[in-house]
Amino acid sequence: MTASYLYLIPVSLVLGGAGLAAFFWCLRNRQYDDLQGAAERILMNDPNEQDAGSNDA
Amino acid sequence: MAVDDRDIVFASTALPDGQMRLELSVPGIHCGGCISKIETTLADVTNVASARVNLSTRRLTVLFRDPDNPPAIGEVLTRIGFDAFLSGPTRTGEDKTYSKLLKSLAVAAFAAMNIMMLSVAIWAGAEPETRQLFHWVSAGIALPALIYSGRVFYSSAWKALKHGRTNMDVPISVGLLITYLMSLYDTATGGAHAYFDAATSLLFFLLIGKTLDHMMRQKAHSAIDGLEKLIPLAVDVLEEDGTTRHISTNSIEPGMKVLLAAGDHVPVDGTVESGRSEVDLSLVSGESHPVAISPGSEIVSGSLNLSGPVVLCASAPANGSYLADMIRLMERAEGSRSTFTRLADRVAALYAPVVHLTALAAFILWYALSGDVHNALTISVSVLIITCPCALALAVPMVQVTASRKLFESGILMKDGSALERLVEVDTVFFDKTGTLTFRKPALRESDIIEPDAMRTAAALARHSRHPYALAIAAAWQGSFTRCEPLDNVREIPGSGVEGVSGGHCFRLGRSDWATHGSQSASEGSEGPVLTKDSIVVASFKFEDKVRPEGSSVVSELRNSGLKLSVLSGDSEKKVSTLARALGVDEYRSQHVPDQKLKEVERAIEEGKKPLMVGDGINDAPALAASYVSIAPASATDVGRTAADLVLMKDDLRGILLLFAVARMARKLTFQNVGFALLYNIIAIPFAFLGFVTPLFAAVAMSTSSIIVVLNGLRLNTVKLADSERLMT
Repeated sequence: MTASYLYLIPVSLVLGGAGLAAFFWCLRNRQYDDLQGAAERILMNDPNEQDAGSNDA
Repeated sequence: MAVDDRDIVFASTALPDGQMRLELSVPGIHCGGCISKIETTLADVTNVASARVNLSTRRLTVLFRDPDNPPAIGEVLTRIGFDAFLSGPTRTGEDKTYSKLLKSLAVAAFAAMNIMMLSVAIWAGAEPETRQLFHWVSAGIALPALIYSGRVFYSSAWKALKHGRTNMDVPISVGLLITYLMSLYDTATGGAHAYFDAATSLLFFLLIGKTLDHMMRQKAHSAIDGLEKLIPLAVDVLEEDGTTRHISTNSIEPGMKVLLAAGDHVPVDGTVESGRSEVDLSLVSGESHPVAISPGSEIVSGSLNLSGPVVLCASAPANGSYLADMIRLMERAEGSRSTFTRLADRVAALYAPVVHLTALAAFILWYALSGDVHNALTISVSVLIITCPCALALAVPMVQVTASRKLFESGILMKDGSALERLVEVDTVFFDKTGTLTFRKPALRESDIIEPDAMRTAAALARHSRHPYALAIAAAWQGSFTRCEPLDNVREIPGSGVEGVSGGHCFRLGRSDWATHGSQSASEGSEGPVLTKDSIVVASFKFEDKVRPEGSSVVSELRNSGLKLSVLSGDSEKKVSTLARALGVDEYRSQHVPDQKLKEVERAIEEGKKPLMVGDGINDAPALAASYVSIAPASATDVGRTAADLVLMKDDLRGILLLFAVARMARKLTFQNVGFALLYNIIAIPFAFLGFVTPLFAAVAMSTSSIIVVLNGLRLNTVKLADSERLMT
């Protein structure tokens, strides 16, 4: 019956709450400060790997 | 001019761990390549602990150790091709507002979505027990959202009420709180209707509008902050014992001897102690031609030292100097703008009492008719809910955000959303002359009557100097230098001119008394510089203000649209009248000091006019701040940019026409939006009054009206521009 599915409500709330907590964490972690920069940084080499990359070229 | 590395310490803030933090604005950053180039280069510099680029704000944050021996960051950046400006400690207050808005938005989104999910189940026909449970769960989710996310509105509403005013946030706050309390009461008494979904989704929509609005404004502010400052952070002062010391500009005291190199801005008012040079006063007084200075001359802060090094004896501290006076005058002048009520608040001032009285009337009427307090209360609250001004509150910001983005793409920064509202009401336009209608740099006049050989030699000499006249002469020569005798021993004599030897003859380009070895004094010949060959004058040069090419079309366009135009300038009568006649402006005022410009604007306001001021200099700043709305062109100083509502970042006056076009379109759309929101209320109130409003009805009606208003606001993107309004790219 319907009553047996009621546990879904707290589940959905916990999942939603987890998403909200993740967002707050991102915000505090300054991940929204530079959205354009973050998009560009994906394409950059790590400082350590840069030497290896330049040797190949 | 890039960063002077000795100033770094004065611009940094000390962190608790002993490191120093420096914020730089680097407008040239535009891609991932720039990020890695700057970060990897700086990481290898001694004493730099970390360097981090923010691509969105074009800023660079550097942490470094050892404040006594700061790293040469400016030099390193210049070497790899970036111009940086010290921007001082960031104003963290603004960042906090942004993250507070984002957090509020996230909480409201979470609550609205979860409650809406439960509400759909209720609307689909849930059993009474399930409905009751869902209502309680909704009430539990809505409470933190209303407390946490609603703060933004409550605090603004409270502030307005405390000052005896009302704004759009007052009916919003009242609506939100009453909706929640009523729904809570209904849930507790087992009622069928609860409006938790309406309250939270309303909050969500409104916060989207507020956040977008804030983002646009912050972007405009950070773009303005990033540009060069007029006053150096620190200067070299000459001690009694002849040594020099680098000190902060703020600690200059009267009597100190300040060293000024060519190209430096004057930090404080003072008299020239030794040295000869010329100063550019175009930003300070609007005078377009350089003025010669020699020992004993008084100069004011903000002017630019042009040709030679000078020792200045300070006569006032930095906060008692001309520039500081102008800033104070500007702050005092910001009167007329605070009396302006935004359209949204003007509507709110009428709207809130009407809505609240209607709700009261509904209560009294239903109580008189049915005698049922609960029923009467339910109906009067549903009137409040359905009229909660969601669409009305979004009507204006949506248009402003769209307008601001459209303007940003054309290189126009809008610092205040209401600037466009004010711009359409403008009936008078005051233009500054130097730097606004004309280029700040002088141009050579009648260059065609000068003999080509002389012109070529003059241009060849002029190439060795950065003096405005020299730059103008060099720019006027279109030919090549190949078929002339090479110049040797070229040297620049500060405050006098340039000399060089060619084919056994000594050529001098500069002040006539110097170039002719005193045989002709500066007063008897022409005012401008001359070219001499072995002390004999071969050519003399005259200069004029060069009117911006688009200037006359902009002026005539504005005049045709019925605006009254006049020019306010600090420059001489002759130059201003020539310009006014050339552009077809009837009214002009010359030799106006900043105070007089301010008075002129204030008088117009007293006469009931709504003046627009367009100006760029320090001397315009008070008038910019006082006028009903103000625009600063691209060449403006930081003081001018701070004072103005709108800043043109592209060096093109047609931005003004674009602004008028966008402002008119924005006004039309705002009126449509407000009209639509009111129409929605006129239709919805009778339903609520009669007691037909269910939660489903409320949710659908409110969301639909909000979406229509948002979509209508986006139509601003389709505004078509006439050719004259299209900007050069």
